[in-house]
Amino acid sequence: MSLELTDITLTYPDGDTRLTALDHVSLDVPRGSVTAVVGPSGSGKSSLLAVAATLVTPDSGTVAVDGTPTTGLSRGELAALRRRSIGIVFQQPNLLPSLTAAEQLQVMAGIDGRSPGRARGRALELLDAVGLADQAGRRPHQLSGGQRQRVNIARALMNDPTVLLVDEPTSALDQERGAAVMDLLTGLTHRRATATVLVTHDRALLTAVDRVAEVHDGRLVLSAPAR
Amino acid sequence: MFVAWRDLTFAKGRFALMGAVVVLITLLVGLLSGLTAGLARQNVSAVTGLPADRLAFAAPAGGQDLSYADSVVTEAHWRHWARVPGVTRAEPLGITTTRANAGDRSAGVSVFGVLPGSPLAPAGERVEDGTVVLSTAAAGELGVGEGDAVTLAGRELTVAAARGDASFSHTPVVWASLDTWSALAPPAGARDGGPTATVIALDTDRGADLAAGDRAAGTRTVTKDDSLSAIGSYTSENGSLQLMRGFLFAISALVVGAFFTVWTIQRGGDIAVLKALGAPTRRLLADALGQALVLLTGGTLAGTAVAAAAGAALTGSDIPFALTPATVLVPAAVTIALGALGAALSVRRITSVDPLTALGSAR
Repeated sequence: MSLELTDITLTYPDGDTRLTALDHVSLDVPRGSVTAVVGPSGSGKSSLLAVAATLVTPDSGTVAVDGTPTTGLSRGELAALRRRSIGIVFQQPNLLPSLTAAEQLQVMAGIDGRSPGRARGRALELLDAVGLADQAGRRPHQLSGGQRQRVNIARALMNDPTVLLVDEPTSALDQERGAAVMDLLTGLTHRRATATVLVTHDRALLTAVDRVAEVHDGRLVLSAPAR
Repeated sequence: MFVAWRDLTFAKGRFALMGAVVVLITLLVGLLSGLTAGLARQNVSAVTGLPADRLAFAAPAGGQDLSYADSVVTEAHWRHWARVPGVTRAEPLGITTTRANAGDRSAGVSVFGVLPGSPLAPAGERVEDGTVVLSTAAAGELGVGEGDAVTLAGRELTVAAARGDASFSHTPVVWASLDTWSALAPPAGARDGGPTATVIALDTDRGADLAAGDRAAGTRTVTKDDSLSAIGSYTSENGSLQLMRGFLFAISALVVGAFFTVWTIQRGGDIAVLKALGAPTRRLLADALGQALVLLTGGTLAGTAVAAAAGAALTGSDIPFALTPATVLVPAAVTIALGALGAALSVRRITSVDPLTALGSAR
């Protein structure tokens, strides 16, 4: 397994009480597969993604990324784990306005202490993989919504993560572009053997995934292979 | 600096505006520093240029502060000081301000009275009763040269030489004999009718027991630099200008800090994304500080260059502007250091940006 969530409970303060966002949730995601997490708004999908991304520490339970338990790691160690083992595809592309498409990817080498200049070749290779080889020099405002989302995906793959966390990747796209993005994600997952978690409310996407986990009121009520 | 460099070129307008503010503040600080130093030089160069390390004043009564205007020392004082072990030289120095005339020209001057042949005066060997050595500024204002006659408070004297650029209390210095000086301005505090002076210029070595000398002589000895506060006009003028300079430094730190506070808030979303992607906070801080230093250094260098050019243009004019490394480079270094401090306080909010905000559709 590349991502293992074991018996995760997460609560948030809510006035004088605490709201349970995740209630003893366990989920294993093997490499080379896409697991979709679905459920209604407020069910705990985003909380599950935040815990898997090590951005939130659960009240109890353990998270292991590529066999490394995250319990007890410092903020710096968690950041290092994120940049080396976890790729995040944000719901909004969240591209930096001052950088070109290629530089959005090169910056991932920079934050890992490597030379962004030397990473340009790999950035261009990944942009080519997502069909944007000819857009490498464009800034975000010069790209379409679908192109920005593909840069977002390529950026998540820049440091060769073993875990890919994808948050509502098609919510801002029309059906045709959404389908193209899903094809891209599943193809990359299988080719690069990432353990991909896809959070979505769009059940139309489920035909493209390997497994489906359904969350209701913070509980995982169904985890089954996709039909 | 990967993102920081690109931000600098991408948000050109904002950074150019801020850079222009830094240039203008540095220019203002540079001009004010040059003017402060120039005015100070006009005020005290005759004292700071004395070949002595300490000055002995008559001990003021009633706990009053030292004052060149009020101090009167007698021959007994300087003879006592000349005998103190460790004092290699004790020279009386009389100071007064009066008007000098030459033909139809007149000028306010400070008369420094020294013993004939005293090393305190430039060309001191030519200072005798009946002759004076003028500073070049005094000679220029009066339009006289060697061998010409000048009148000081009704006494006609011959110009023995024009040397140096000493000035005191914004007036050029005229070096005269102590007897001439006494005749021009009989000190009110003279008690025994003998020779008097304003202060005693001392040359001392480390073994000199100055406190004991002061107790025995009834004087108070201070270093040359400490004696500057005994010039009333210098203290008030220099204090005001230094206060203005201090405020300008504070304003520059505040303006730079305010800019980077707003800038950091504006890019809070980008910082959250970079943190979520795994960027170490220290690297983000270093990036932001590097960006601030580039802006500060560039703006300060440009402002300093303009101030230096303006200073060079003013050299030789009536405006007392001192163009030295201390008046150009020190303010620039202080501007950069304080600006960096302001920026550091602003960008530290990077540490509190929550990467979790990069998730979801809230951005």
